[in-house]
Amino acid sequence: MSRPIRILVAKAGLDGHDRGAKVVAAGLRDAGMEVIYTGLHQTPEQIAEAAVQEDVEVVGISSLAGAHMTLFTRVLELLKEAGAGHIMVVGGGIISEDDIVGLEKRGVAKLFGPGTELPVIVDWIVKAVDAQRAEAAKE
Amino acid sequence: MTYDLAEKLVNGDRLALAKAITLVENRAHGHEDILEECFRNRKPAVRIGLTGAPGSGKSTLVNAMIKLLRAEGKTIGVVAVDPTSPFTGGALLGDRVRITTSESDEGVFIRSMASRGAVGGIAEATDDVAVLFEASGKEYVLIETVGVGQAEVDVAASADTTVLVLTPEAGDSVQTLKAGLMEVADVFAINKSDRPGAERMALDIRSMLEMRASEKGWTPPIICMSAIRGEKVDELIDEIAKHREHLASCTSAADRERTYLVVKLKRAVERMLKNDLWRGPDGSALEKIADDIADGTTTPYAAARQILDRYRARSGQGE
Repeated sequence: MSRPIRILVAKAGLDGHDRGAKVVAAGLRDAGMEVIYTGLHQTPEQIAEAAVQEDVEVVGISSLAGAHMTLFTRVLELLKEAGAGHIMVVGGGIISEDDIVGLEKRGVAKLFGPGTELPVIVDWIVKAVDAQRAEAAKE
Repeated sequence: MTYDLAEKLVNGDRLALAKAITLVENRAHGHEDILEECFRNRKPAVRIGLTGAPGSGKSTLVNAMIKLLRAEGKTIGVVAVDPTSPFTGGALLGDRVRITTSESDEGVFIRSMASRGAVGGIAEATDDVAVLFEASGKEYVLIETVGVGQAEVDVAASADTTVLVLTPEAGDSVQTLKAGLMEVADVFAINKSDRPGAERMALDIRSMLEMRASEKGWTPPIICMSAIRGEKVDELIDEIAKHREHLASCTSAADRERTYLVVKLKRAVERMLKNDLWRGPDGSALEKIADDIADGTTTPYAAARQILDRYRARSGQGE
C-alpha cells in the first residue's frame, strides 16, 4: 500500500476567508490524503516552520486578499533556508494571470484559479507527488 | 543514511527529527535502526497524555500548557492525533489551528499524526514518536489523543500522567460511574468551566472517586479551568507535577520505566506479527478466502484457524 500524501493547507496573512481552503482541504482528505490544516492568519514563517515539522510533501496556500506575490515568495525563501526546498508549494485564490506567470517563475509549482474543479486539483497533486517520489527513489 | 539521520536528530536537527518521524510513522525501511539508535540516546521525558471528547478543548489546553512550560524554559514535543477515515484513508489534522507558537521558538516541536486505523485513541506509532522526541532532548512530551468516546484508553500506557479533559455538558453522574475513560484519569480537567454545570460535574466526579477504592494512594484532583482564557492552567501543571512526585514516592523510576517498556515491547511484537502475517501469502489470498466465506464454503472462524495454522507451519512451529 502506498503511503498517504501529506499536505499542509494554510491561510496566509490578514485574509480572513477560509471557506475555499476548507473545501479544498476536505476534498484532499476525501482523496485519501493526510491534510494538516493551519487555520487563519498564518505568517510565512509559521507556514514554513509547520511544513518542516510536519514533513509534508506539498504546501498549499490560499490567498484571496492580494498579498500573494509577497507571501508565496517569502514561503519559498524560508523553506529553502530551512533546507526544505524540496517541498512543493502550490496555491489558489484570486490571483491574476500575470501574477500566476510571475509566481510560477519564482518557483511556485502550480496555482489554481477561482472555479477550478476539485478533481483537477487532486489529480495534479497526486501526479506531481508521484513524480517527486519517483525522483527521490532514484537518488 | 538512517544512522546519519538519528545522529543529526540527537544533535537537535529539526529537519532530521521531522524526517525520522515520517519514516517511523510509515514503518519505512530503516525505521527500526533509527528507533534503536534513538532509544539508546534518549533521556526519559515527562510524558503527559491529554484525552477527552471531540471539542472538549484538548488542543487549546496543549496551547496553554506550551506557553506556561516555555516560560519556565522547558523544551516540548507535541504529538497530536486526529482520526483517519476508515473509508478513504484520508485525514484532516486540525490540531495546529489551536496551537499558536512562535515560529522562531526552537524549544517546541509539534507534529500532527493520523490514527491510521488504530482505535485506542492514538496511532500505532505515537509511542515511538515520543521516543524520537526524547532522543532529540525534549523534556516534556505531550500526547494529544483523537477526540475519544468512552473506552479509548491506550494513551494511559504511553504517558506518566493522563489528563482527562471534560466539559460541563459531558453528562450526568451516571456517566462518571462508567468504566473505561473515567478510570484512566490521573487528573480531571473540567474545561470551559465558565459554562453552567461545571461545579455539578466536579461534585459528581468527586463522589464517584469517593466510591472507588483508591488503591493507588492517589486521588485524582479535579480542576475547573478555562484553557482558552488560561485560567487555572498553572494549577493543572502543578497537579501533574504532584502526580509525578506521587509516582516517585510509591514506585521507583526504574519500575515505572520497566512497566512502560513492557507495553512498548508488546506493542512492537504485536505490530511485527501482524505485518508478518498479512504480508505473507495469506495477505494476498484474502480475496479468495473472502469469496469462500461469502459463498458459504467456509466460515470466518474456520478460515481464521486455517490462516493461523498455516502461519505457524510457515514459521516452523506447526502444531
